[in-house]
Formats: sequence, structure tokens, C-alpha cells
Amino acid sequence: MAVYLFYFLIFPGLLFMAVAGALLSWYDRKITARVQFRKGPPLLQPFYDFFKLLLVKETILPQHGSRSLFLLAPLFGVFGAAMAGLFILLPLFGIETGFRGDIIVIFYLLTLPSFSYILGSLASGNPLAAVGASREMKLIISYELTFMLVVAAVIMKSGQQFDMNSIIETQQTGRPFIGSISGVLLFVAGVFCIQAKLALVPFDMSEAETELASGIYIEYSGPPYAMIKLAKYIMFFILPAFLVAILMNGMNPGINIVWFILKILGVVLLLTLIRNTNPRLKIKQASGFFLIWMNLLVVIAIVLIAFGL
Amino acid sequence: MGFKDHCFRKSLWVFHFGGASCNNCDIEILDCLTPRHDLERFGILLVGSIRHADVLLVNGSINRRDRDRLLELYRQAPKPILVVAIGACGCTGGIFAEGNTFAGPVDKIIPVDAYIPGCPPKPEAIISGIVKLAGKK
Repeated sequence: MAVYLFYFLIFPGLLFMAVAGALLSWYDRKITARVQFRKGPPLLQPFYDFFKLLLVKETILPQHGSRSLFLLAPLFGVFGAAMAGLFILLPLFGIETGFRGDIIVIFYLLTLPSFSYILGSLASGNPLAAVGASREMKLIISYELTFMLVVAAVIMKSGQQFDMNSIIETQQTGRPFIGSISGVLLFVAGVFCIQAKLALVPFDMSEAETELASGIYIEYSGPPYAMIKLAKYIMFFILPAFLVAILMNGMNPGINIVWFILKILGVVLLLTLIRNTNPRLKIKQASGFFLIWMNLLVVIAIVLIAFGL
Repeated sequence: MGFKDHCFRKSLWVFHFGGASCNNCDIEILDCLTPRHDLERFGILLVGSIRHADVLLVNGSINRRDRDRLLELYRQAPKPILVVAIGACGCTGGIFAEGNTFAGPVDKIIPVDAYIPGCPPKPEAIISGIVKLAGKK
């Protein structure tokens, strides 16, 4: 029992994921700054932001709306992100083998943060938050199907294996899935799904700082907002880790850890560059992009997999 | 200085309130956030919601209508919040001080932590003021 608590709370659970995610979020901001020829924030900036919100700032509750749901939603988000991260990282680091079908559990848990943001913002009773929440719902409907198809294609490619551990092992004994045409197509679709899940720029219409004044997070202040930041940091680490696990053969022990870190940094660099070179889409364009083009891409990949490419 | 204070002054998020401004101060404030001056290296971000703000930048002359909005914003802001009055109009009223609709400089309405005079102040002056403010607490 105690060892599971250690897994959940310290390594590779909450604490480790939060620290890694915060550092990745600094990396993202630094790259953004360098792209714009700026100097960028110091290394510990995400920690300053988090502890300032958690320890210093006051929490303001909305006058209208459900206060308990408003306060509980960020905690659900952190829980969902940490739980999904645990199921991803335990097989990835080779600590536990997971169980049969855990990739489907991961898929469900990864949607929990987005759902909790929707619940929290609708509970706040703010009209701008409601607009943000409705956009987030439409975005979820668009990208979840693509994401599910990517997962299904990976399951098919690994020879109907439903657990993370076997998928990673299949790649480590054979070759990584990204080394084939279908793997590249899946990687492209997966990167865009992650972009939408993290609400980075082409798909950030739910927070839209310039039009909705941070949309779904508009009413959050102080510790609840710190929890949202924590969930975002965790998601920023585990989603690239998930992609590396299912397509780029995960992590081998020993010195290969460096190679694993480089793969994560590469995926995040790609996300950051996409975010810095694209304007925000309208929600209709984003839906069309996922429902037509990305789904087409994944279906082509699945057909290719059926032919063994 | 404790850990909390350190975190607070390393991560000041700015909310910008423009009163009846002639827009020069607004432009200079936005200049500070552009790549040339880059306030993000001090951890300063411009936020869209007052709920996330740590610093309330006020510029422009505050007339009777702005007064209520400014008070409302200050009430809605999560404490602790620092208020910075920017420009001659924000600090003293400037050439509008005698005006009929003028409702007093910012410090008559809400407590002000720093004054950055100038018409408009240069971006360097604003950065210097904010860095001094961050070092003060």
C-alpha cells in the first residue's frame, strides 16, 4: 500500500511530474522568447508563478453559481492528470507492467482535466467563462475521435496488444512505430491532438486571452488557479511522454535516459514552434481540421497498417 | 524577506486599466512588453482578467465615470495587489487636474504603491519603476 502511495505522490507521480512539467513549461516559454528575439523568463519562473498563486494570493469566490463545484473542479483536474500520468509513466520507466487494457483507461483519464475545467468554469456563472466552456466542449468533440483513432491504430500496429507495456516492448524488440509511413502519419495526427489537449495556440480558443480574457479560467484566483496551473504542468509532461511511449519506443534503461529526454524535448519543441507560427483558429475551422483532415490521415494510416506498412 | 515575498515579486502579473487616456501611456506600456524591452525576463506577464492580476497599472486622467469602474476593479482584485499610477495624468491629473469631470488623481480613489511620472514616461522609466516596486516589498 505504502509503495503505491509513493508511486502516486512522489515518483513517478505527482511531485516528479509537476517538477518535470514545470521545467518543460519554462522550456516552452524560453523557446517562445527566443523565437521572438527576447531574453525570456528565468529557469524557476513556473515555480514562482505556482507558489505565488498558492501561498500569497487570495481566493475570490463568485457571487452567483456553485461554489463547491467551482473549488473542487481544479482538484479533479489535478487528480485526472496525475492518475493518467501514473499509468503512462509506470510502464514507461519499467517500474510496473500495468494491466491489460490500461491504454484505454489512460485515454479516459486524459480527458478528465478538460472536463473539470468545463465544470469549474460553468459553475462560476461568468458569461465569458460560459463561452469558453462551450468552445472547449466543441473542441473536445472534435479532437477526441482523432485521438481515439490514433490509440486504436497503435493497438492495431502492435498486434492487438491493449497494454502500454507490451506496446513499448513490441517497439523495443522490433523497431519504433515512427520508423514506418503509417507511424509518421500517426505522429502528425498525435502532435495536433496534443496541441489541442494542451490548448496551445492554434487551438486555444477556449481561453483566448485577447477576446475572452482567459475564458474558462477567468474567475479563478489564488490556490484554485494554482491547482489549474499544476494540472497544466503535469499535462505538459505526460502528453509528450505518452506520444514517445506509443510511437517512439519509450525509454531503454541506462544511458538511453538521455535519449528519452531528448525525444521529449524534441516533441515539446515541435509543439512550441507550431504554437509560435500559427494564429488562433475559429472553433469551426478547428472542428473541420480534426473531423475531416486529421481523421482522414489516421484512417489512411490504419489502412497502411492493415497492409503492413 | 521570506519565501512568499520572493515568489510574489518574481512573478508580477500585470492588469492594465486605461482611464480617459490620450493613449500615449498605453502605447508606452505595451512597448515594455514587446521584444525590445521584454518585461517577461522579470517574470512580468500581461493578463486579461483582474482575478489573475498582482499589479494594477492605471494611466490616464480618471473622470467621474472611470472612478466607479476603477473602484470596482480594485474591489474585485485578489489581495495583495500593487497599484501603479503611470503618467502625469495618473499621478497628479496633469493638464486635466482643473477639469469639470475630473474625479481626482488615482491616489485619491485607491491606495497607490508607485508613481511613474512623465508625459508619457519612457518604457525605460516604466521598467525602472516596476523593478523598484518589485524590490521594495
